[in-house]
Amino acid sequence: MLENTDKLDALIQKYQGKQGILIPLLQEAQELYGHINKELMLYLSAKTEIPAAEIFGVATFYSMFKLKAQGRHVIKICKGTACHVSDVDSIKFALIEQLKLLPGEDTTSDMRFTLVEVACLGCCSLAPVIMIDDRTYGKLAPEDIVGILAKYT
Amino acid sequence: MRAITVKVGLASCGIAAGADAVYRRLESYLVESSKMVQLKRTGCIGMCFEEPIVEFDGGDLGRVTLGKVDPKDVIMLMEEYLSNRMPESHLILADQHDAKHNPLMNSQMRIVLKNCGVIDPQSIDEYEETGGYQALKQALSMRPYAVIDRVKASGLRGRGGAGFPTGLKWDFVFEQPGPKKYVVCNADEGDPGAFMDRSVLEGDPHRIIEGMLIGAYAMGADEGYIYCRAEYPLAIKHLKVAIQAAIEKNYLGSNIMGTDFSFTLHIKEGAGAFVCGEETALMHSIEGQRGMPTLRPPYPAESGLWGKPTNINNVETWGNIPWIITNGPQAFRAIGTQQSPGTKVFALAGKVAGSGLIEVPMGISIRDIIYKVGGGIKNGKKFKAIQLGGPSGGCIPEELLDTKVDYDSINATGAIMGSGGMVVMDEDTCMVDVAKYFLHFTQNESCGKCTFCRIGTRRMLEILDRISQGKGEPEDIERLQELAKNINQGSLCGLGQSAPNPVLTTLRYFREEYEAHIVEKKCPTQVCVDLITYTINKDKCVGCHVCALRCPVKCISGKRKQPHVIDPALCIKCDSCYKSCRFDAVVKA
Repeated sequence: MLENTDKLDALIQKYQGKQGILIPLLQEAQELYGHINKELMLYLSAKTEIPAAEIFGVATFYSMFKLKAQGRHVIKICKGTACHVSDVDSIKFALIEQLKLLPGEDTTSDMRFTLVEVACLGCCSLAPVIMIDDRTYGKLAPEDIVGILAKYT
Repeated sequence: MRAITVKVGLASCGIAAGADAVYRRLESYLVESSKMVQLKRTGCIGMCFEEPIVEFDGGDLGRVTLGKVDPKDVIMLMEEYLSNRMPESHLILADQHDAKHNPLMNSQMRIVLKNCGVIDPQSIDEYEETGGYQALKQALSMRPYAVIDRVKASGLRGRGGAGFPTGLKWDFVFEQPGPKKYVVCNADEGDPGAFMDRSVLEGDPHRIIEGMLIGAYAMGADEGYIYCRAEYPLAIKHLKVAIQAAIEKNYLGSNIMGTDFSFTLHIKEGAGAFVCGEETALMHSIEGQRGMPTLRPPYPAESGLWGKPTNINNVETWGNIPWIITNGPQAFRAIGTQQSPGTKVFALAGKVAGSGLIEVPMGISIRDIIYKVGGGIKNGKKFKAIQLGGPSGGCIPEELLDTKVDYDSINATGAIMGSGGMVVMDEDTCMVDVAKYFLHFTQNESCGKCTFCRIGTRRMLEILDRISQGKGEPEDIERLQELAKNINQGSLCGLGQSAPNPVLTTLRYFREEYEAHIVEKKCPTQVCVDLITYTINKDKCVGCHVCALRCPVKCISGKRKQPHVIDPALCIKCDSCYKSCRFDAVVKA
């Protein structure tokens, strides 16, 4: 069962009766819980009368919605064209090596980092670029990664 | 004497390059000193490759812009300016003096970007001082249809990529019965390598709001949405500040400026789906559904958001509207070409020396954009291709560099104008890899509704994958072409219809590169890792052991001061030995 639903209930209340609410509701619910799991979807469905299947459909359609728990810091690797031709893959390999991620894994076992690839971050002149939480790092070389990761606990 | 001002460019790319540290340094210094210097924030000045950028003005030297400013130097540079010594070491632009980038700036023409990097985007007063909201005032004194006539007469075409005449689109919505109509700003800038809309929204949000207000008045809409990518947090923040300020000054809300016109504006944050840039998908996403395109007709003008007449234009299109109202259609037509009047904003990136945000008159040649505005190719390399229009676009080769930038000339090359992403590629770029990159992107972003887009792009990607692994067959080129034709014909929306374009244009202009991969099993640019092997030249290796330390899989062995050896069975071709060797002993072939 979902716990501590006070804030969530207030959130649902805020959107109740308005049109086109599902995406902003899920965005804010994800901010509260870190990710959107089955319990959360069923709870939202019961309260808003939006079918659970529709909520699941929307949550799985958009890449921003996470169905699994994320690390404390999210590292976004830019997969834009400028980064691609500036060899962002070497940065990705350096990150995977430092984070000791196995194939198919995106989150470190200590939940410190989650590594994701994202579409263009729009800082093309600084390629190759990564973003950790809200901070952007540009003009990277693989050697820079150790120092950058050390800033995050 | 005028007050001295110091401006720091604080758009996303500036901040990423460290401009916020420069700003904080100036701020803490100026708080303690008694200097009469006014510190200001501004948006993207366009020269992203010179970030962090600081501009001084008001002194005897006039306006002076400095690039690559380090926080620890900025105070010294300011002192130089204040004592009338030109800070030559960091000088990039100057009004009264030669500066290295003056020619780059002078070859541009700024309508949409007029205020970007000039005003503080979070200050409505500064926008008003540049003539802001005067166009709205003027429009409100006209009859609604007269506004549409003016936009029609200007010849403005949609800057989102397809180039549909904006005035005509407005007319369709005008003709529809009311009372409920919507206007939408498409700021779901998803093309990789494009950041025009982000920069405009971060640097001059009121211009877009004013454009939307004028359009809403003309078409009879009372509600609007700006659909912005969630990957652009700073743009969303500036928009929210701007909307609040506009409400307080009664540019938004009820009875705007004392008239009968009322308008409410919302921001909708995207949730990460490229296909939502397609207008029907975008509307479904605003409605809270999966962003999947639907068949047109009915067009949004007849049945859009919640079934009501809706007009959708992209950021840059809206950004042109205030200028057209103020300066008139003839002035707009005087810029650019007969069929494509006005200017176009481009995000110039990739292997070009001066990457950044530019605005040029239509009709300029691609060559002039790269060499005059962009300063040529980075690191003295040779130009190979320029990619326009993102995943829907194509690559234009050297022999077509004199192509004029207008909708029709660019379409003739097989590429498209697109929303304005321009990625320059040099001799080190593999065109098969580029095609694979874009197809991977569209394959990933296909919403899955149409079979040809969902499965056809996957089949094309599989073929490209095997070509880049050296397993291609001579018939593969024909197979790619046939799949491309079917995907184009069998897909409902622009994403699927244009998905094969990057493959088709690279096949058209760089066929020999495909053949090298297929027949000779070689990647001429040594990008496709499966087609290269790493060895160590015994004569050049001094046995410094650096490569062995760097190797992540420990496949390099050898005693110190003796030639080392790479075990090809273990090598993952990560390139770190090649990059770390200072004696050119690692050989890629």
